[in-house]
This record gives sequence, structure tokens and C-alpha cells, in this order.
Amino acid sequence: MARIDLVDLAHSYSGNDAPPESFALKPVTMTWRQGGAYALLGPSGCGKTTLLNLISGIVTPSRGKILFDGADITQATTQKRNIAQVFQFPVIYDTMTVGQNLAFPLKNRGVPDADIVARVKQIADLLDLTPYLNRKATRLTADAKQKISLGRGLVRSDVAAVLFDEPLTVIDPELKWQLRSKLKALHRELDLTMIYVTHDQTEALTFADTVVVMHDGRVVQSGTPAELFDKPAHTFVGYFIGSPGMNIVAAQVNGREARIDGHTIALNRSYNGLSSQAKIEIGVRPEFVDIAAPAPGLLSANIERIDDLGRIRFARVRVGDARLAARVPAGFSPSGGTAGLVFDPAHVHVYADSLLVEGAA
Amino acid sequence: MEKTVNQKAWFLVLPVFLIVAFSAILPLMTVVNYSVQDTFGNNQFFWNGVGWFKELLDPHTDLGERFLASVGRNLLFSAIILAIEVPLGIVVALSMPRQGWQVAACLVILALPLLIPWNVVGTIWQIFGRPDIGLLGYVLNRMGFNYNYVANDLDAWFTVIIMDVWHWTSLVALLCYAGLKSIPDAYYQAAQIDGASRWAVFKAIQLPKMNRVLLIAVLLRFMDSFMIYTEPFVVTGGGPGNSTTFVSIELVKIALGQFDLGKAAALSLVYNLIILIVCWLFYTVMTNAGADRPAKESVV
Repeated sequence: MARIDLVDLAHSYSGNDAPPESFALKPVTMTWRQGGAYALLGPSGCGKTTLLNLISGIVTPSRGKILFDGADITQATTQKRNIAQVFQFPVIYDTMTVGQNLAFPLKNRGVPDADIVARVKQIADLLDLTPYLNRKATRLTADAKQKISLGRGLVRSDVAAVLFDEPLTVIDPELKWQLRSKLKALHRELDLTMIYVTHDQTEALTFADTVVVMHDGRVVQSGTPAELFDKPAHTFVGYFIGSPGMNIVAAQVNGREARIDGHTIALNRSYNGLSSQAKIEIGVRPEFVDIAAPAPGLLSANIERIDDLGRIRFARVRVGDARLAARVPAGFSPSGGTAGLVFDPAHVHVYADSLLVEGAA
Repeated sequence: MEKTVNQKAWFLVLPVFLIVAFSAILPLMTVVNYSVQDTFGNNQFFWNGVGWFKELLDPHTDLGERFLASVGRNLLFSAIILAIEVPLGIVVALSMPRQGWQVAACLVILALPLLIPWNVVGTIWQIFGRPDIGLLGYVLNRMGFNYNYVANDLDAWFTVIIMDVWHWTSLVALLCYAGLKSIPDAYYQAAQIDGASRWAVFKAIQLPKMNRVLLIAVLLRFMDSFMIYTEPFVVTGGGPGNSTTFVSIELVKIALGQFDLGKAAALSLVYNLIILIVCWLFYTVMTNAGADRPAKESVV
């Protein structure tokens, strides 16, 4: 159990002399507190697995330091780091039974037999593996195997953190839900720091208290699921989180007004002195844009299609060259190919060069 | 559902059947034919029934004594070379580099002994071991060992075994290396995280994953060493005395030396049967090794 600090940590697989833009992980400084549930979220190749492997010591960083409770362990081997990690595909020791698999990390560290038996029993109960304890692990299904891998990650009570590298990839969708809530329950029960890598936003948002969104080797935002939804700090976060993602539209912003396609949209805050060189965009989630019958004073858009998600309907519309998604209010049936767009000013954000601009009140 | 009857299919099988008939079944039947008869030359044959087989398995007859002694020697030889080559091959495979140009270099060096013809291997060691001009024999004698494979039984065995280890350990090593290469990196990473020692990694990951290739290696090495002929024949000629006369050498002596076709045929049939049985035993034992055992093992 420990607080983990990353200090100016960066890594390039082609060595420290590689150009900074090619680094798999660009310099990052952040703190993971003891007992937290974190998710590292980002598309494939964004550097999240690299960050995870740096923490577990499988990869040694090109630059920067990793501190566990203030102690520098950057150069320490994986064995010495007191970290547990669960990999994308199940890793099973073929010759051992399920129970022996679970006991393996404890046995290797010389834990007394009585403690091992007790701890293995506890973890097996939590993961519903008790009936299989004496079975050979090779004969089990892929998801049972992955449960064993999870169990081996959770079995040590003294670890600084448990790292999960997309552990539910091989699991059926229905079981995924069960295992995810199981993990969440385990987190509460065992008081372990957990770091969960995934490219699936549902997984990240349901598992973690704090979601760290990565893009192109950078950490672009770290916050609670609600923060990521309400106030994306980067257009990538807005676009990546949410389904459909945030509408990002180029606009001219001046004071409390944004102009799109010759039409003015009111803003809740005032934005003065934006750099004229920067690329200015406004971002608004589809949930906060309604379509209505065309009327003067509303931004008019061409409806391309309506997606009915059952609970909610989204219209895909076009304003000039820009494509947007907007909510279709219940009971409203669009007539003809055009509609007006109603924006909720409280949820319209302004971005300069992809970064969120905080306006003045 | 009605089965389609198509007699033309037999024509497609026919070529294979003919090839197998001429290459395996007919020669084997000739041997079976010889094994139940006696001949005094001039193509005159006399019916002998199972006489040769009885004699072969009875240690009180001359033939039985020679045969059983050579089988014993041969089994001992196979056991010794397996006990050396399998662990040594595993160690070599484990210490080979995983990437870079060194891999190719190692593979080529390891493959070299495998590419040398049997009788050339025999000749190399025959000269290498000679006390007067051979490097090994000369050095051993200068070091004070009275080494002479022509005169001393133990020295002859030592030479034949070292020669086989030199010739064939590469095969085991290459097979094991292939097995090791097929283990995904995640296994090693997981073992690191689980705090496994080098020995634990070997026992829990590498050995179980090499199981299959080791089975093949043991089978190949057993069959080959049990059929060994050329190398000991070139080096020791089966001597001194009969001490390195393995079954195949005995067989050639009887068949071509004494021209006892009946005895030789019976011997080769039994010889064949032994190899089949031992291979079957190996295979059954080793494939069942990984099966589920009754649930009695404790957790720790």
C-alpha cells in the first residue's frame, strides 16, 4: 500500500536521444493516492500500457522518477517493487491447480503456509473460484483462467498497487459486467490501489473514481467521470468520452458570443483576449443541443439521419461543412430536411488549440 | 441421409497402396517368411516354425544369449545418452540468446554436428580418440589416464557415449529452443510480478511448455540410439570383445557374417517390436503426465 508519484516520467522505446515528439510516453507528473481506483483510458497506441509497464518495472523509463511513498524505485526490479499486474490474456501455470496458481505469488515470497491457505480461500470466495480450487487450471475456460489471473493479482495484501492491463478483453460481454462490478466490490473490500488500463470508456467510467485520459503519449485530463463528461479539458476527451462524442465546431468567439456559420450563440461566460493565432472551437455535448422546428433566431441545420437508441434519439445534422449530433426531444418529429438547433449555454465550452479555455464570469 | 457410394475413390487410394506395398509390406513379409524357415544356401529352404523365435528368447542358447546381451547393452546405452542429452539439451536451449545476430550464429553452430554423415562422425572420433595420434586420446594419456578404447571396455563405452552426445545433443537443444520461443512474453512478465525465482520460472512455465517437444525429442533419440549402428561400428567395431556390440551390429553379424537368414529375420522382427513397444510406453506415460489427477493435492 503506497502513494505513487510519477515525477517528469517519460519513455521512448528508441532511447533517450529520440526526438521528444516520438516518445511513447511524453513527460508526465502525477500522484496516485493510496486506495484509489484509477482508470487509464485512451485509444490503442496512446501510451497507456507503456505507463503501466513503467510502474510495474517491466519497462525502465528513459527519463524521470517513480516514487512509492516517497522512495525512489525507478531502477528497482519488478520483483522488488511490490506490484501486482494482471495482463490482457490469461497467464496460467499449467502444471498447477487453481489453488496453487493463486498461492504462487505468496509462496514465492515466503509467506507462512497458514496465511497462504487463509488468503487463497478468501480470494477464491470473492471470485467464485472455490469449487475449482483443486482442479488443474489448464482445463478451464478462458474467463475462468482470467479470473485466476485476477486472483493472483489480488492475493497479496501488501502490494503497493494492482495494475490491470485491459483484463476483460477475452471475457464475454455478459460476464464482463459481472466481473467489473466484482472488481469494484473487491476494491472496496481489500483497500488496494488499483490502476485499470482500458480503451473502453464504459469500463473506465464504471470502475474508476478517477479516470486519466491519455492521447498520443500525453495525459490530457484526469478527473472524475462527471468532470470528464461535463468539462472536458481537451477536445479529445470530449470526443472520446460520451456516445456520441462531443460536438466540436470551429467558431469565432468574442466576449459572451460565439459565431458559427454567421449565426450567434450565447455563452455563459465571457471570453476576451483569445489569441488570434489559435484555432478556436466550441464544444457542446449532443445531450445539451436540442433540435426544434426551424425558426428565426435558431441556428438552422440539415438533418442527415436520426439514430434511435431506444431511450433517446439523436439527430445527425449538418451546419455548413460541420457535422453535429443533437438530441431529438421526446414527442418531436422533425418535418422536412431542416431544423433549428437550441444550445444550452451553460454547457457550451470554448477551446483554443484543443485546450479548454476558462472564461471570466 | 444417404451415403454417396463412389467406387472411383479406390483408384485414388491405389497409388499410395502400391507404394506402401512395395516399400513396406512386401519387404516385411519377406522377412516374416525367412523368419520361419532355415536355409543352407542354394536357395533351399526348410520349415522351422517358431523355432528361431524360441531360441532367440531363450538365454541358454547361443543365439538367445547373444541377442539378449546386446539388447541389454543397447537399452543401457539408450538410457545413458537420454539421461545426458535431454538435460544438457535443455540447459543449452535455456542459455541460448533470444534475439539478435547471435541467434542465427548459435543455430548454425548447433546444426553442424547434425549435418555430418554417421560414418564421418565415427571416423572423426575414431581418430580423435586414438592414444597415439588423436588429440583426445593423446591428451588423456599424457594427463595420466590410461585411455585406450580398443583395449578397455569402459573406455570404449566412454568414447561411444561422448560421440553420441556430441552428435545429437544439438537436436534436443534445437527442439527445446523452438518450444521456449513459443512462450509468450506475458508469462515471463507475470512470473516476475509473482516474484518467481529463476528455478520457479523453469518449473512452472518453461518445462511445462516444453513438454510436447521434449516428448518428441525423447522418442526420436530413443529410436535412433536403439538402432545405432554406423558410429560404434566405425569406432570400435563392436569391441573390445562384444562390449559395444549393439543389437544392430549383432544383427549384421548374424545376417551377413554367418548368413543365417532365418535367425536374422526373427531377430529383426523382435527388434522392431521392442522399439514399437518402448515408444508406445514413452508416449502413453508422457502424454498422461499432464492429465488431471484426483483432487487430493493441497493448496500449498
